[in-house]
Amino acid sequence: MSQNDLKPERFAGYPPDARKVVTDHLATLQRLPLSFLPGLLRELIDFDYKFPAERRARERELAHLSSLPAAEWTEWFKGFQQIQLSKALEDFDWIKSPAQFVERLSAHLWASHQLDAFRQASNDYADRLRAAVPPEPPPVPRLGISIIGQGVASYDQPLFRKLRAHGAYYKHIKPEYGLRQLLDAVAIRAKAHPLPYGHWYIDGGESAAHDPTLTAISYSDLEPVRNVVLRKMQEEIDKPGMGPEALRTIMAQMRPSDLGMDKLNGGKPDEVLRRFEVSVLTEGSGTQIFSTVFAQWAAREALRRAQPLTLLVRFAPRQRQRPMNELLSTEARVPPELDPIGSLVDGDFAAYYNWLNQQRLPGAEQSCFIVWFEGSNQALAIGPTTPRGTESASVADLKQVLAWTL
Amino acid sequence: MRKRSFFPDSSELLAHSRRDFLRDAAGVALGSALVRPSWARAAAVPSKRKVVVVTFGGGARDQETFMPEGQENIPHLMSELIPRSSFFTQVVNRGILGHYVATASLATGVYETFNNFAAVSPESPTVFEYFRKDLRRPSSDAWVVAPSNGFNRIGESSHRSYGPGLGARVILPKRLLTAATSGGKGDYQHLLRDNYESPYFTPDLAGSEFELQQLEMILKLSADDFRTHAQALSSPDELSVYIARQLMRQVAPSLLWITLHDIDVAHAGAYSLYIEGIRRTDRLCSELWKAIQTEPEYAGNTTMFILPDFGRDGDDDASGNGFQHHRTGDVLSRTTWMLVAGPGVREGAVFDRAVDSTDLVPTLGALLGFSASFSQGQPVREIL
Repeated sequence: MSQNDLKPERFAGYPPDARKVVTDHLATLQRLPLSFLPGLLRELIDFDYKFPAERRARERELAHLSSLPAAEWTEWFKGFQQIQLSKALEDFDWIKSPAQFVERLSAHLWASHQLDAFRQASNDYADRLRAAVPPEPPPVPRLGISIIGQGVASYDQPLFRKLRAHGAYYKHIKPEYGLRQLLDAVAIRAKAHPLPYGHWYIDGGESAAHDPTLTAISYSDLEPVRNVVLRKMQEEIDKPGMGPEALRTIMAQMRPSDLGMDKLNGGKPDEVLRRFEVSVLTEGSGTQIFSTVFAQWAAREALRRAQPLTLLVRFAPRQRQRPMNELLSTEARVPPELDPIGSLVDGDFAAYYNWLNQQRLPGAEQSCFIVWFEGSNQALAIGPTTPRGTESASVADLKQVLAWTL
Repeated sequence: MRKRSFFPDSSELLAHSRRDFLRDAAGVALGSALVRPSWARAAAVPSKRKVVVVTFGGGARDQETFMPEGQENIPHLMSELIPRSSFFTQVVNRGILGHYVATASLATGVYETFNNFAAVSPESPTVFEYFRKDLRRPSSDAWVVAPSNGFNRIGESSHRSYGPGLGARVILPKRLLTAATSGGKGDYQHLLRDNYESPYFTPDLAGSEFELQQLEMILKLSADDFRTHAQALSSPDELSVYIARQLMRQVAPSLLWITLHDIDVAHAGAYSLYIEGIRRTDRLCSELWKAIQTEPEYAGNTTMFILPDFGRDGDDDASGNGFQHHRTGDVLSRTTWMLVAGPGVREGAVFDRAVDSTDLVPTLGALLGFSASFSQGQPVREIL
């Protein structure tokens, strides 16, 4: 299969918005090297289920590529042109199954020692694109909040170690109503700056009461879906000849209806969010079994894809580590034993990743971030005017810290 | 985004950082390229010389180990082993970053390219085959203790000049335990964790008559004693080290290769479990070193190599998820280190020059006296 096979009728199986965006840019796509094109199609085939920020970014990218002069085009794709593909890859139906092609391409790149060259070509492309089509700045500075340590009464080890150099450490926080104050602040922002999928609340346990304008997902709400995912995983593992790569492919093809999600929430349709939830559970490693991992990965993906203005992530105790086969089992059993201290350590480091991932988005220099050890008097705040590497002895509640930081 | 303080963009920078951290913490010296004096080589007669290689399946990053904030996780390496070792700060793995294929590459000195999850033998001759064929050693003289079922073919290659009958004997402690417990895994599940690479894939372990025979005939362990001792252990790697020590005591192979895997729990994404894995591995390396010093067959004539098969992803690559995986192919995931200790090895020396993962096998060849003729690497001269 070659780029010449890119004809409108070949995209009949794509959802309507995806079909339109592909056929609108067919001439551009036909010029792309085969080491690059299926990766782009993998994104476009799910165009109908992408968040607004992703859709805008793809449309701007395609518009720019369409207008790229020939000399620049050569320069932009020189690295990808030099990647040698196998006959099997060239013959693969990458129009119908671009994601599977990309998986096979990845294995081929590793085995043929071309991964570094591909990685360089990808980085060069991303740099050029960023320079030519700068990401859109957010309408207001972003705010990230991480709440860690639920269920831990006291902890004598230092927290927020990876973040302290970047902000102010508060050690006399008044913890009363802290969660409510943070959720209220998020709700106020959501109402003041309404934006589809712009304000998120991710909970690693049971959601607290929250404003309905927030895009909210929780580990607890997804328990029935997680159980279906785990059961399907076990069924696949038990099949002869099944291996991790084949299983990953099968997982990546799961849709909300495969997991019974069309019956959840009274059948309320939000296919974009449902697909996001499925991707967290099927593409994230460990998200099905550890609530802290679920919360971190969901936050990473929300930031990367939806680019929210506000993201509150609350970590909850995960189950204690047990043998993997047992963790994957959905058989009825007593509630699993929890590991609150381990979860605090997980959450502490995950908060650092939440901040890192937020800082990768446009407007990073104005972004704010707060992490709070839930129920305790320890918090840390990072903001454009917050002095770095400082420690505050002020007695304050989280509402006050928010006001100082934003 | 503002450039952070420690995100090296080259293997050289990473190596220099490691050297600086080690110099500050352990007071070790920067090594030179000088060849060691000839007296140092006389420490062991070649025929008596033994080598123990310890590899980690899944490395630990500097920020959780050698950097100041990470040193609390490796107290044994920092205070006991590194001061007695030659330490190589820049070992680069240019191959596929999957554990089985990478360990096979370490064992062959060739970057193997087979499917990491396939049940296949390495294509190039292994160090065990060179050792046994060139030196006419019996099968009892080369052993591998490996973490999971996927490693059961690591001992010998499919190479036409070597292959069947010339490799190492491979012992899979978890299979042994499964056999000893007759499938009743109840109290031992914590020791039977397998395949962290993907939590999606956890093949059932199966024991057999052969494993039970190994247990009783070779390790001189009754199934009852093994079960009783296993109950006191807390992880698969503890089980592996227990078996390795038993092997040292009962068989005393000249070439013993142990692959640890607990750190790779990082793939499940829980940072606290990853840190626990690092701390446990640090302790187990120290226990192995102490075992070498106390076992009569090993004391005074054994060189120990410790090296991760590769690293883990850095925090600065948006395509990865930091410590969780090793999928980006970035500098951190490709660059690791190697520690060498034993008679004649210069103590407290740190070497910054780039060493390749494939250099291990020819180095072992130079030490033990065989020719690794198909290896792509070069002997590491600083320890010869």
